[in-house]
Amino acid sequence: MRRHGENGAVVSLLTQHHGRQAGYVRGAQGSRLRGTLEVGNQVDAIWRARTSDDLGSLTLELDRSPAAHIMQDPLKLAALQSACALCDTALPEREGHAGLFHGMNALLDALQSEVWGAAYVMWEIALLKELGFALDLSRCAGGGDEEALAYVSPKTGRAVSAAAGAPYKEKLLPLPNFLKPAAGGSDEGDVLTGLKMTGYFIEHWVYAHHSAGPPEARLRFEDRFSSMLNSLSEELTVGAI
Amino acid sequence: MNDGPLQHLIRTLSTLPGLGNRSARRIALHLLNKRDTLMRPLAQTLERAADEIKECHVCGNLDSHDPCGICQDARRDQSKICVVSQVSDLWAIERTGAYRGQYHVLGGLLSALDGIGPDDLNIAGLKTRAQSEQVQEIILALAATVDGQSTAHYISDTLAGTSVEITHLAHGVPVGGELDYLDDGTITTALKSRKSA
Repeated sequence: MRRHGENGAVVSLLTQHHGRQAGYVRGAQGSRLRGTLEVGNQVDAIWRARTSDDLGSLTLELDRSPAAHIMQDPLKLAALQSACALCDTALPEREGHAGLFHGMNALLDALQSEVWGAAYVMWEIALLKELGFALDLSRCAGGGDEEALAYVSPKTGRAVSAAAGAPYKEKLLPLPNFLKPAAGGSDEGDVLTGLKMTGYFIEHWVYAHHSAGPPEARLRFEDRFSSMLNSLSEELTVGAI
Repeated sequence: MNDGPLQHLIRTLSTLPGLGNRSARRIALHLLNKRDTLMRPLAQTLERAADEIKECHVCGNLDSHDPCGICQDARRDQSKICVVSQVSDLWAIERTGAYRGQYHVLGGLLSALDGIGPDDLNIAGLKTRAQSEQVQEIILALAATVDGQSTAHYISDTLAGTSVEITHLAHGVPVGGELDYLDDGTITTALKSRKSA
């Protein structure tokens, strides 16, 4: 939502059939619509314009408010802001991304569950794919064992097996366990590995030509997750002593 | 109408919040009709306010003194600091008369989409104040919005190393609010924040 004039705002929506769709919302800064225009809210929207090239105006009705469920959880809130900021800055306007829309819905549901971290990484992989930067995590780029994938090549975005990648492991990105063929459970460390992996491709592929780089919300989310993990491991160390 | 002082006055008035051209014309005519009883005193008041009102270097409040009247008032509870986003929020809490502690005005909220980061807010000043031995509690009175709560979480993290207790305002059903008319988010938050009767 970008304030426009005294009462209105230009609001960006992720829609099922038209991708990112912006429109002017009259009274967006007023108290009546303030609760509706929260980041991550799901709304029923009607877009009207004189011609298809116009910015147009939006009429919105609140459908559900996932942010209310996670307001007390700083990490989940940071994840929600990161996902919305990525959609807002990376997606081209009025280009249909139905898969990403449904993926976003699934992510909003997953944010209320325990496996939300892995779901978030999966969503970023789906975002990369929608933007034309699909990762191939199904087989080894070096012809190695497909059952023992351990790395991702930062140049090609393809998986590399542990044996084939061993000589170059300093240059490769680690593959989180939950994305390996024999996928196991995901702990916080795996989620951070996944965030670093997708973060690399987001920064170097998606935002390669954006002067400002990835959105602040995405960077802040990874930082926050990393510090949470650090404090968790410090607590475990103190407990062990 | 030519582009003289009258047109300039109307244009300036129309830039004020809540005023368009039509209202600005009405106000300009009203002021001109009451030139001596309203227009000149108003001009003097505006000039005096522009000269004298400044931002308090301690809390960020607006007052003619620096430190402001609230910071200087020895009768107020010095052990509590209420953190608000804008001066208007400070005024809202003062209107209730329910709080007699100190304040800290951040000057906005962290906003991912608007590009407002921690360096744009007066968080460093709050951290310095929190390290004072006198301060025992910091109350985060920030909006129950995604941006407001993100800011609250960020401040909680920033002050984690200090010994002060950090609290925040309750979220839920407003006084006089009927459940049927409340939005889903408010009811959800109210249910999550329920307490024993």
